[in-house]
Amino acid sequence: MSSGEVVASFVVPVHPHTVLAPDQNPGWQRLRDAFDEAAQTIRDLEADLLIVYSTTWPSIIGHQIQSDPNPEWVMVDHDFHDLGSIPYSFNIDAEFAHAWDEANRKRGLQSRCVNYKGFPIDVGSVVALTLLNPDNSIPAVIVSSNMYANRSETTVLAKSCLDVIKAQGRRAVAITAMSLSNRMFTDFISPQDDKIHSLKDDEWNRKILEFFKQGRLEDVGQLSRTIHQQIRVQKVVAFKPMWWLSAMNGNRNDLTGRVMAYEAIHGAGGAVVHLDPASSGVGDKEYDEDDVEYYHGERDVLDIVEEDQVQSQTNDEVTEETSNGPDLWEPTEAKGSVNTTTAPKPVGAYPHARRVGDMLFLSGVGPRQPGTNAIPGGPIHDKNGEPLPYDIKAQTRAVVENVKRIVEEAGATMEQVVDVTTFLVDMKRDFQGYNEVWAETLGKVGPTRTTLAIDALPTPIAVEMKVIVHMPA
Amino acid sequence: MGMAKGQIVAGCLAPHPPHLVYAENPPQNEPVAEGGWEQLRWGYERLRASLADIDYDAIVLLSPHWQTYVGTHFLGLEHFEGLSVDPIFPNLFRYHYNMNVDVELAKAIHDEAEAAGLPVKMMENPDFRVDYGTITTGHLFNPKWDKPLVVISSNRSTAYYSVEVMQEIMIELGKVTRKAIEASGKRVVVLASNSLSHRHFTTESEVPEDMSKEHITSHAMHLWDMRIIDYMRSGQAQRILDEMPEFTEQAIAESDGGGLSWLLSTLDVPDYPAILHGYGTIIGTGNAVVEWPCHAHEVSEA
Repeated sequence: MSSGEVVASFVVPVHPHTVLAPDQNPGWQRLRDAFDEAAQTIRDLEADLLIVYSTTWPSIIGHQIQSDPNPEWVMVDHDFHDLGSIPYSFNIDAEFAHAWDEANRKRGLQSRCVNYKGFPIDVGSVVALTLLNPDNSIPAVIVSSNMYANRSETTVLAKSCLDVIKAQGRRAVAITAMSLSNRMFTDFISPQDDKIHSLKDDEWNRKILEFFKQGRLEDVGQLSRTIHQQIRVQKVVAFKPMWWLSAMNGNRNDLTGRVMAYEAIHGAGGAVVHLDPASSGVGDKEYDEDDVEYYHGERDVLDIVEEDQVQSQTNDEVTEETSNGPDLWEPTEAKGSVNTTTAPKPVGAYPHARRVGDMLFLSGVGPRQPGTNAIPGGPIHDKNGEPLPYDIKAQTRAVVENVKRIVEEAGATMEQVVDVTTFLVDMKRDFQGYNEVWAETLGKVGPTRTTLAIDALPTPIAVEMKVIVHMPA
Repeated sequence: MGMAKGQIVAGCLAPHPPHLVYAENPPQNEPVAEGGWEQLRWGYERLRASLADIDYDAIVLLSPHWQTYVGTHFLGLEHFEGLSVDPIFPNLFRYHYNMNVDVELAKAIHDEAEAAGLPVKMMENPDFRVDYGTITTGHLFNPKWDKPLVVISSNRSTAYYSVEVMQEIMIELGKVTRKAIEASGKRVVVLASNSLSHRHFTTESEVPEDMSKEHITSHAMHLWDMRIIDYMRSGQAQRILDEMPEFTEQAIAESDGGGLSWLLSTLDVPDYPAILHGYGTIIGTGNAVVEWPCHAHEVSEA
């Protein structure tokens, strides 16, 4: 089975005009033509799954995923009912929906599938699937946009989706059904009078489209809150589809973007945009919001039980007691020993470091925090040995910080680190994340490095480093 | 001799959480519950009993779940039937509805609103699915469905502009609603279908009707709900309108949909006490069933 991938992403408008009345306005027709071209592109890519994140399907209880294999009904828009009706009969991939639902819960999200006859599929999804998959040949899945979800929740939603795409080896197309600016005219207008509601909306829309053209999807994602403030009707679900779409594409800024059409629909900004995962070769990140792998948000407001509390604790709240490691020792004080209260206490009779001539040898350093013994990124298992989700990057960063504290306590600098041996308890899972943090930190210093996989460490941590420093007088 | 002047016999705050219909297990709803939210359901029972001996011809209802961004819309066909599935709580609400519309009165209100300069439209697409807010309030207020309804959409002017602009529009809409009702010669009940404070829990207990899990989301929400209810019970409708911007913002109140402002305006901003039939929370939101007994305070000029 192939590894699974997102072979293309599309941004498409939500209003029914492109289905029901393209002939009434040349701009609506251009959007329709772009939809038709996008549909052909999807067929040419031999995609086997369409994933729609729709802003016109709000949810409250976590995210909802459509799992009725064949939802059928007639959709009439609440505002534009006079344009007509859109009958639909979609081909939903229920197996994928259930797998995504399960993957969501594994990553800490509230999630559920919905499979009810007569469920009102929202206008954005109906328009997207009607035009992008007119013969229903490609199975689809639809996910709601939670009205309370923040960036981390939305990002994790995408990562769990990617988990399933990879596990099932799918060739997926990610689609966000959304307007750019979504302020419509509040009065009725003739089709020929349609235009973007204001110059400000138009300027912002063009700015966003410029980013798309350059493939800078993650930058648009990180501007989401600003965009929402500037050109979005506030009550409507926030401009979060970009968080989801960017995470679906690995939070990249070097995609190959193409704006296929941009027009007004009753004043709102409607665009059809194709984002190809092929690297354009340019586009570094302009902003640097943290990545997130697991959702730790407070969602258990109804029924917190002890196990849930452990699960939902933020990483720095894991106490000495819950980490359940071995007893802690005071560091030993033999000649040349270097000890500091800013590093975690040893788990045996040894110093933090020991100096011999102009060489400094550190004992193995982990990510535990001095004082609290907390483990940034979370412990790898609970006190019963049950595995827990953890963040290897956060753990690795904490290790480097602890190394730095000890090195500086000895009067040396990180630039004087010459050799590092790293121990990982799960090489397959963690090497990549560890390696990324290394590149950002010690990799810039340039010590020699050896990385070993080992069975376990004394505390519930995933990474430890053994460091040698050359510190000439 | 001219037609008798129409009259508003009662105005009610009649919230629409689908949980109340779910808990009641009516034959029209597919899911089955073990009860729940009794305080509010008993509140609806008291409201129905209070109006049992009052004769009326039609119900005029504004639902925040028929959300229109372009003007205010009115159901414009005589009959609607179908299946209403709540897109947010489909596990609780899948209701087979069958309702009649007083198109004549709807058109009369529409025309008065248009004459007053409000953007309005009649909804005449037979495939249109009536929103679940209308169905829920319609069922809870009148389970027999033996009175025709006028259903008015919720214009989202709060989101586009501000609560103040919303109130201007809704107060005007209320005035023309009253004018059209009086001109119609009909006896009418008007219903605003909205909650008070409106911050939800984002989790659902395994048994949705497990009342040990139900409470208001925060003390601040409770204080706001009680403040507004106090104004209702003491005949201070004008203060509700005056404080609507703060209430709507701080309690994230569903009054943002305009229903409460429209109702109070339609009742000519009553200075007589309303009857509180019940208060309770639903997934953390605050809900009150309230009646302004206009029939006891307004003298018919027929």
